[in-house]
Amino acid sequence: MIASKRHVDVNVGADDQPPIPAGTPTATTSKPLRSRGSPAERGDALVHDHVHEKRTGYARDDVRLLAIDSHHGRLLDRAAADLPALLRPGDLLVLNDAATLPASLVGAAPSGAEIEIRLAGPPSRERATWPAVVFGPGDWRTRTEDRAPPEPLVPGDVVHLRDLSAEIVAVSPLSPRLVELRFDRAGGALLAALYRLGRPVQYAHQDRDLALWTVQTAFAGPPWAVEMPSAGRPLSWHVLSALRQTGIELAWLTHAAGLSATGDPALDAALPLPERYHIPAATAAAALRARAEDRRVIAVGTTVVRALEGAARAGQWAGGTGTTDLVIGPDSELRAVHGVVSGIHAPGESHYRLLGAFAPASLLDAAWQHAQAAGYLRHELGDFCLIAPGLTLRARELA
Amino acid sequence: MAERLYRSCMHIPHTSSLVTGASRGLGRAIARRLAAAGSRVVLVAREVEPLERTAAEIRAAGGIAHAVAADIGDKDAIYPLAGQAAALVGPIDILVNNASTLGPSPLRLLLDTECEDLERALAVNLVGPFRLSKAIAGSMALRRRGVVLNVSSDAAVEPYPTWGAYGASKAALDQLSRVWAAELAEHGVRVLSVDPGEMDTHMHAEAIPDADRSTLADPDDIAARVVAMIAAEERAPTGVRLVAPRFEVQP
Repeated sequence: MIASKRHVDVNVGADDQPPIPAGTPTATTSKPLRSRGSPAERGDALVHDHVHEKRTGYARDDVRLLAIDSHHGRLLDRAAADLPALLRPGDLLVLNDAATLPASLVGAAPSGAEIEIRLAGPPSRERATWPAVVFGPGDWRTRTEDRAPPEPLVPGDVVHLRDLSAEIVAVSPLSPRLVELRFDRAGGALLAALYRLGRPVQYAHQDRDLALWTVQTAFAGPPWAVEMPSAGRPLSWHVLSALRQTGIELAWLTHAAGLSATGDPALDAALPLPERYHIPAATAAAALRARAEDRRVIAVGTTVVRALEGAARAGQWAGGTGTTDLVIGPDSELRAVHGVVSGIHAPGESHYRLLGAFAPASLLDAAWQHAQAAGYLRHELGDFCLIAPGLTLRARELA
Repeated sequence: MAERLYRSCMHIPHTSSLVTGASRGLGRAIARRLAAAGSRVVLVAREVEPLERTAAEIRAAGGIAHAVAADIGDKDAIYPLAGQAAALVGPIDILVNNASTLGPSPLRLLLDTECEDLERALAVNLVGPFRLSKAIAGSMALRRRGVVLNVSSDAAVEPYPTWGAYGASKAALDQLSRVWAAELAEHGVRVLSVDPGEMDTHMHAEAIPDADRSTLADPDDIAARVVAMIAAEERAPTGVRLVAPRFEVQP
């Protein structure tokens, strides 16, 4: 049983009604979950949510959850702590356990001009080179799309990131900003330098620097992600313990979540770039068992969707390591997952297109309209959503 | 019950370990023993050179060891340490919070103890292990696999004059160990507190320079016992405080 201290005034009227066909959604609303201001006071929150000051003062799970029932066409305003009550015992929840690297490094181009390097993924195993996106002068206070481009770099150029240097070994045909780097050191010495000099990728919608600990999930393991796998961020151990106690199985994979923006429209259009994943054999087996027993597989984060669906398409049913360039959208057939937990995304974003695989366009559009009207917060430290077919309404909510 | 015991055992080969205070004394001995048993070990201490020497010794003996310099008392050092460790050896299965500080030597009466010295003892001996456990044990809990071992002292229990700052930090660490254990039990993570007794170490010499060394235990013998306790749950069920020289589970 989940304590529900914030959830005192749930309007359950619509929840009691018989299912309605998908495509004619209704929204039940509850009181604002906390005193962050009424939706009217936070009216522009979805456009420009400078929430960090508030967010860091809150517990990780003090986040709103827009639950979207894709079977009944229903929207529910909930909180992170309600996740166990919304899912069914037997559901398999798959998490991305990648920790977030301090992937942003500042330094100088060969001309001496200021540059920022954002690592774009883990190094290639064969060549030990790192994919990276190069930005011109400036910092995160400028929106990525408004940042000055870097001076053109060519293979052989060396960039100096304070006492660490890196050689440009290749420039991508996709964009002059996407390069492959070889650092002047490797192994533990390189890791030590990256953690000493690097900082997490920062966001213009925040009002201050994010610390390395702010961009970690509560279950982070190997540092493969260059930006936080943020769908898992609201999952505190209070919530995760309640999920396990409810009979919801937790499994994990590691997926190298990539950059969310590059400042180059051509490159942004190509996102996400191919990303590496590792699916433990135990997770692959749990997913197969769940499907065989008609239990649902819920992916926490678009990275987990891509890893599981990518592995399914590769016939990789026993788990293992791979790279996926899979792009999922409304026309994609889902072979491995039934539901998804993600952030609040706007039409036009690649994440929004991915959600189209889980719910009809009319329902997603209604959810987006509702999210705006109800003041849900977007972006990395914002609110989140759950899309699954048939969400459970527990006795607590009907009482 | 048998099934539970089986699941909770930590077979050392192919695990990943992190040992703080690993450049000398008990920490160094535990790191060597873990590596000899087949664990990939990350050694942590403030000073790079003795740490690198220990790592090189382990590698020369066929083990896997990496040195990461960090001050456990420094808040900003903890997540970089956790990240580097997981990148070097994979998600950590065994965390040994061994690093600690006695404070200024010779030890002082509480009335002569600077507040800053008490704060430093708490930062290194209590808050540091808390931060590092918080950064690492979530991954253990998700994987339902892990042991956290906190090194305590009889000064946590006995009111030895001049051992106030150190003793208070270790007493608080013991209580944290018990609560960690209670909270993590359902996720298959074991948390132990070990009082290793008086050993022939640099730290002991600092505290009691005129001790008769022949009466002090060899840290390597204690490390062997510690690694056995990490490996076998029946010897050390979660939440217990094990005390040298017998390390028996109290009824």
